[in-house]
Amino acid sequence: MDIKLKVDASGLSCPLPILKATQGMKTIQSGELMEIVATDPGSVKDMAAWASSTGHTLVEQDSANGKFRFVLRHKLAQPPAPALVHPSERILK
Amino acid sequence: MTAVATAPAAEVASEGAVKTKKLVIVDYSGELEKTWATLILASTAGAMEMETSVFITFWGLQTFVKDRKRITGENWMQKMMSFMQRPGVSHRKLSKMNFMGMGPWMMFQLAKKYNVAKPKELLEMAQMVGVKFIPCQMTMDMFGLKREDLIDGMEEPVGAATALQLMTEADSTLFI
Repeated sequence: MDIKLKVDASGLSCPLPILKATQGMKTIQSGELMEIVATDPGSVKDMAAWASSTGHTLVEQDSANGKFRFVLRHKLAQPPAPALVHPSERILK
Repeated sequence: MTAVATAPAAEVASEGAVKTKKLVIVDYSGELEKTWATLILASTAGAMEMETSVFITFWGLQTFVKDRKRITGENWMQKMMSFMQRPGVSHRKLSKMNFMGMGPWMMFQLAKKYNVAKPKELLEMAQMVGVKFIPCQMTMDMFGLKREDLIDGMEEPVGAATALQLMTEADSTLFI
């Protein structure tokens, strides 16, 4: 399996694993795979809910030693995502 | 004779596509824990590609004043109000156990220990995933707030009718 991007969300609490996954997905193309590892037990259900809401596919999921691993496939026919500008550059000055 | 080309209507087959859900959150309270709840839900909804709008009214609008603003308002009463409750997302008070700021301080220590994102970070992320923050015009008038007092990237201020229209068209509405 050709994983394009690996994201480590270990130690992060809800909703950060989901937000990390969202940021990661914006950097890869349709059909490509992203692996994300989290330690938040809530992320097991949350990642599935997020995938079904956004249309990305949860391809694989397992857990070992308190770590939860998810492999997600970027959904097809995605309009180009807007470029991510770090908010500190434009907001909350 | 000119041939009139009738272009076929661009119909996109959208069967099987995920229908965009709409969420409206009314941010009314402005206390630390309620602001936290609002921003966790708003940023996550944005990440889930829901069309998310946060209508901000009454005390909620104090959260969206720039952190560095100390005194806002035009007349002495408005200035007094902002002096008594410091505006800005980083200066929210707890509704219970505030203890002159000791409560929020402990909350932030715990958040740091357990890697929970602070309201300010969640607000930045919510804006990054396209959540719309819509201020209430009446609240802005009453507190004497100007557009430049509020954080950048907010929508045009609207009134109750627009807010109600958003709410009735949404799949879910929360009043926090």
